[in-house]
Amino acid sequence: MNDHYRRIFREEASELLIELETALLDLEQSPSDIDLIGRVFRALHTLKGSSAMFGYEEAAAFTHEIETVFELFREGGGAVGKELIGLTLQARDLIMAMLTASGESTGDLADRARQMVASFQMQVPVAATAMSSTPTASHPLPAAVPAAFHIRYQPGEETFRSGVNPVTLFNELHLLGECRVTVITDAVPPLEELDPSRCHLAWEIHLVTDAGIDAIRDVFIFAGDDELEITPVEATGEAAKENGNRLSGNSQEAAADSVVAEPAGMEPGREAISSIRIPAEKLDTLVNLVGELVTVQARLSQTAAGRDDAELVALAEEVERLTGELRDSALGIRMLPIGSTFNRFRRLVHDLATELGKEVDITCHGDETELDKTVIELLTDPLIHLIRNCIDHGIESPEVRVAAGKPRQGTVHLSAVHSGESVIITIADDGAGIDRQAVHERGLQKGLIPHGVELPDRELLNLIFSPGFSTSQEITSISGRGVGMDVVKRGVDALRGNISVASEQGKGTAVTIRMPLTLAIIESLLVQIGTDCYMLPLSLVEECLELTGNDAARANGRHLINVRGQIIPYIRLRDRFGVCGAPPAIEQVVVTELDGKRVGFAVDHVIGGHQTVIKSLGKVFRNVIGVSGATILGDGTVALILDIAELVQAEEQAEWAA
Amino acid sequence: MGGLIQALLPGRVARTRVKGELTMSNEAAAENIQYLTFTLSEEVFAMDIDKVREVLDFTAITRVPGTPEFMRGVINLRGSVVPVVDMRQKFGMQATEQGVNTCIIIVEVTVDGETTLLGAMADSVREVLELEPGSIEPPPRIGTRLNIEFIRGMGKRDEQIMMILDIDKVFSFSELAATRGMDGEPRIASNA
Repeated sequence: MNDHYRRIFREEASELLIELETALLDLEQSPSDIDLIGRVFRALHTLKGSSAMFGYEEAAAFTHEIETVFELFREGGGAVGKELIGLTLQARDLIMAMLTASGESTGDLADRARQMVASFQMQVPVAATAMSSTPTASHPLPAAVPAAFHIRYQPGEETFRSGVNPVTLFNELHLLGECRVTVITDAVPPLEELDPSRCHLAWEIHLVTDAGIDAIRDVFIFAGDDELEITPVEATGEAAKENGNRLSGNSQEAAADSVVAEPAGMEPGREAISSIRIPAEKLDTLVNLVGELVTVQARLSQTAAGRDDAELVALAEEVERLTGELRDSALGIRMLPIGSTFNRFRRLVHDLATELGKEVDITCHGDETELDKTVIELLTDPLIHLIRNCIDHGIESPEVRVAAGKPRQGTVHLSAVHSGESVIITIADDGAGIDRQAVHERGLQKGLIPHGVELPDRELLNLIFSPGFSTSQEITSISGRGVGMDVVKRGVDALRGNISVASEQGKGTAVTIRMPLTLAIIESLLVQIGTDCYMLPLSLVEECLELTGNDAARANGRHLINVRGQIIPYIRLRDRFGVCGAPPAIEQVVVTELDGKRVGFAVDHVIGGHQTVIKSLGKVFRNVIGVSGATILGDGTVALILDIAELVQAEEQAEWAA
Repeated sequence: MGGLIQALLPGRVARTRVKGELTMSNEAAAENIQYLTFTLSEEVFAMDIDKVREVLDFTAITRVPGTPEFMRGVINLRGSVVPVVDMRQKFGMQATEQGVNTCIIIVEVTVDGETTLLGAMADSVREVLELEPGSIEPPPRIGTRLNIEFIRGMGKRDEQIMMILDIDKVFSFSELAATRGMDGEPRIASNA
């Protein structure tokens, strides 16, 4: 089988597995919801069909067993038990393992599958009692009188390219009952015009089965856009009826069916969104090109403004408008709703809570909030860490919770909201909160708090982000090794985000992460020092102030500035970057806030806001401190983007060393 | 079917022959390598033309703070940010002063299997010339005032002697990625 199709199959299978997981977790909340059972069933069914088609026979057989169990619920109703859901979740993981396994480990997986099938069969009697009338047969549909069908199957010309093998379809039909297949070769062209990669054949099949029309349709579920006509024939076995004439006994089902099969994947009750798959690199190329276009457009606008030519100015404005729209939609393509990530966490919460003997519910808000694909991917690990922390440290055991007058079941709440150019993600729990006393003691132990100093509450809580910091008494497999929060903080910092924590003892903890919407473009403040221009990320800038020579002189050479009664230290970038020449009489101080600390940066001039396309400085400058990237200005020169956190850190180190 | 194979055969033969010719011409080129010559402080240097992407007029360079003196900064090369090295400073001469002929040679350097673009500042670019391997001598161990590692050989052409640089070594990352210490003193380039 072609690797390309296998890859497509894997992608689709992983989507189906995610759908299965989501449906199962929803089902846990409302165990007798027939729609949810239907969703689980359909996901399993589609998975079975496509696995078989792509040669994953074992996975298909295994999936079939699980599907059978859910078929019983679908037909007979009743509540799906927690054990069965847990078991199915495990089975889902096993199917995933089977589909991704390489040659050697398959034997082991097959053993596990057999064991699991046995466990599933234990569940079957339970399920069967829940059923009212339908018998538990291997053909789950009501066993009607055998009926004859006339099927005309005309695959599209491209059908072989999508990996459909008609022979497997006929074999499957054969399992349903006695069938006779006739091939129609009318459309086969002369040999010299024959393209062997196209399908020129059609088939007529006469089938006698007691499985009903749905079962036949299921066989052809992957036939895609191929033309398929299924016509019931009178039980007497006479000639095929005219197309569209249906058997009265099946009228209820038949009424809902159209004559031509629906394309595969169009499940009823779900919106069909037409979409295409694009490799991420192509998108990256597009975004890079748009970035360059933005740069060129800025140059064009600047040139146009410098010339007294109304026509040119009008053109430049038009280009500016179009570029802006193009940029927004190109970046928009990379935007994904964060909901899919949240859904992954529901499984995590389910498993962790079970493992730790706690009762935890997860609620999500703002599933539809969109973030850059890369940001979401890079954010997943930090979020997993945080959720683990919530469940392991935050939420107490049910007994403790009841004693404290809280509901038995703890809640982890995830939310995502847009706020200007950034997204705010909050992970909150209603657990025990952070024990400030423990943090303080641990801080003293690690030498992070000088003796006799009372840290402000916020700074005290921020200590939990220090490397190697853990107040957990015992080390579990989940957390307590002190490698959690600092890794989270570093991950978030790397994405130019920032993280803060708030906690109330006995009530719970909330961790808030603020992330930029995209990594490709930032809003920045353009400043000038000497002849060079620099960019400061606008999201961190609070205000700009003037610094006259008198102010500087009054401070006795100390780099401190009084902002409405608050003393703020500032860094003279002129000194730091070794810029020659005299400073202007009035310098500007750009006040920034990072991790709750306010620091000013003295520059010569503040030029203004700028949409900045971030360019990497490359490996050559990897050791440079205080510069995170570069961008190209309207006049074609390069300006450096400053890394405020690094600059502050370097300054602190330099002063302590002195 | 037999006819089909017959019809295919001549094409195959033809293709093989073309390939053969290509290889031959490559080998021929490998014997006489082309060099780009340029001057630094009126001395003539040369580098393998295969490494050269293009030659730019001098343009505005943005300095990157905290880097050695010979790292002049970065320029905008059609949307990419490319570092520029002052070769005179790199070889222990006075910093390049901007003149009419000052230019930036964009070279493609491969280090650790990674290809990157770099700009090399030169006082002027002379010509492209072809040198036979016979006219290239190994560099003398003394007297060049340069780190021997950087020199691939001494080329001779019409009584003109030129130093052929090994660009990959001159622009190795470990040479360029050096940063200045916190005291602000530039670190002396190792080859000066």
